[in-house]
Amino acid sequence: MKTFSYVNATNEKEAVAALSPSTRDGHGDALAAARSGHQPSKVPIAGGMDLLGLMKDYIVSPDRVVSIKGLDQTIASGDGGLRIGAAVKIADLAEHAAARKMYPALVTAAEGVGTPQIRNMGTVGGNIMQRPRCWYFRNEEFNCLKKGGSRCFAVDGENQFHAIFGDGPCHIVHPSSLAVPVIAYGGRFRVAGPNGAREIDAGEFFQMPNANLYGENVLQPNEIVTHVILPAPGQRSASYEVRFKQSHDWPLAAASVNLVMSGSTVKSARIVMGAVAPIPWRVQAAERMLAGKTITEGVATDVANAAVAGARPMTGNQYKIQIARTAVKRAVLAAGRA
Amino acid sequence: MARKKIDESRRDFLKTVGVVASASASLTIAPEARARQALATLGPGEVPVTLTINGRRHQLNVEPRVTLLDAMRTRLEITGQKRVCDRGACGACTVIIEGRTYYSCSMLAIEAQGKNIRTVDGLANGSTLHPVQQAFCDNDGLMCGFCTPGFVMATVALLEKNPNPTPEQAKRALDGNLCRCGTNIGVLKAALAVKGGARG
Ligand SMILES: Cc1cc2nc3c(=O)[nH]c(=O)nc-3n(C[C@H](O)[C@H](O)[C@H](O)COP(=O)(O)OP(=O)(O)OC[C@H]3O[C@@H](n4cnc5c(N)ncnc54)[C@H](O)[C@@H]3O)c2cc1C
Ligand code: SF4
Ligand code: FES
Ligand code: FES
Repeated sequence: MKTFSYVNATNEKEAVAALSPSTRDGHGDALAAARSGHQPSKVPIAGGMDLLGLMKDYIVSPDRVVSIKGLDQTIASGDGGLRIGAAVKIADLAEHAAARKMYPALVTAAEGVGTPQIRNMGTVGGNIMQRPRCWYFRNEEFNCLKKGGSRCFAVDGENQFHAIFGDGPCHIVHPSSLAVPVIAYGGRFRVAGPNGAREIDAGEFFQMPNANLYGENVLQPNEIVTHVILPAPGQRSASYEVRFKQSHDWPLAAASVNLVMSGSTVKSARIVMGAVAPIPWRVQAAERMLAGKTITEGVATDVANAAVAGARPMTGNQYKIQIARTAVKRAVLAAGRA
Repeated sequence: MARKKIDESRRDFLKTVGVVASASASLTIAPEARARQALATLGPGEVPVTLTINGRRHQLNVEPRVTLLDAMRTRLEITGQKRVCDRGACGACTVIIEGRTYYSCSMLAIEAQGKNIRTVDGLANGSTLHPVQQAFCDNDGLMCGFCTPGFVMATVALLEKNPNPTPEQAKRALDGNLCRCGTNIGVLKAALAVKGGARG
């Protein structure tokens, strides 16, 4: 790990100030730097679970690390939903009584993240902002497209855990388990930056590689996520994750389903798949199929088939189509039972 | 494999040397930064850090990049917790902080200040083993022993929170630790054998 200086920001104002480029950093356009493949020279650290790994592997080598553990660590209710501070530990989210009751799809995902230690250390904000797990990305020796190089090594290489949707040019799957249910619940991110705070629809936060090759979302380098804001959930919701190992690993495929019901009939649905595309993958065609239906095994099968209909696997990940299909089907059935 | 390792560490060494040379250059921004904002910038050189480990306060100087694990092992000679993956993926470095398990390899020493850090080194009372350590011995909970300190701390954390766990609860609580020798069954037996005796 390269050396760096350390700033402990105790609130979001201090964090933004400490992350803002100084005049010495050129013209202060950190965004332009990030967009051209150069890593920002100042980065926030929350739990450090992801960042320290990136730094030990020389994938990210900032000059300054700004601790944002001082951001909001509370979960508060408001407007029929919950407002979750970015510094809330994943373990605290998983154990939170109101969250468990209102957002089972999110809590299921939180309980599945990594290991107990990772959930004790990792924060909600850090989970959303964690970088991709593509092994070429994580290996310093491979200067792939995403790091400013000229090719994606996954195309002809080992791609069994890569995307089955999205058509590149980078084929990562988004690694955040929590982002998937947050989008299913229609959540928003509150973001603070030098010009104040704004809220961004979680569904519009993440970006495909053709829009942003070097990052995964719209956040600028001197902005931070301060809160996840969840509106009132539908009456029924659930997540289902398929894993190669029960711990120490990311899901092979996941699905979150949020249903607004009218009696036992689905009025409207949101279905989002995880670990299948460079962003959490919302499937509106499948959502529309659920509207007006009562949930049965047959309906869940049809919806799951529709969800994976457009999949375009790579050389080694065809099997993920069936796994994603199963995740959607089981999430729909679990929501139906909820 | 072995050769690659050597190459890697040599490369790391070269990089570190390069960085030391440029560190002095980056220090020159300090006055400007001071004028712009009051927030203290620590490092990149060594900074004073106070760690409370097993009830004892330790004062040391480390660069901000030093992890809690490395500070304990290489500076304080508190070597109970092991460094295996150094990436938050094995559990050998598990410590207990405020009742919860943490991977000390994935935490900066500078950020571990003001917390009560517990390692396996602090468990035994003189030559009397902690009940969890004793249970590991009695139930074949270790072979090479490299993962053991981490497993012991994860077990202690579990039993202090939940003195009578079900096998399912114990499995889940020990999910963050791996064993290459396959002692997992013995570890689980040990965790269940100390039922009710954790506080010993
Ligand atoms: C073995 C293993 C298994 C794992 N399994 C899973 C899994 O199943 N599912 C899953 O979702 N994750 C998994 N993870 C990843 C883990 O959940 C994340 O590393 C963790 O949540 C990151 O949170 P953190 O607070 O430690 O973030 P940090 O490491 O501190 O930060 C991560 C990144 O986000 C940036 N950042 C952090 N907070 C903010 C913020 N508020 N605003 C803007 N930027 C920010 C940092 O600069 C950094 O780039 C696993 C990790 C490991 C090591
Ligand atoms: S999938 Fe993306 S991150 Fe991985 S090698 Fe290809 S371009 Fe790089
Ligand atoms: S050495 Fe810390 S988790 Fe492996
Ligand atoms: S006893 Fe050898 S790794 Fe667990």
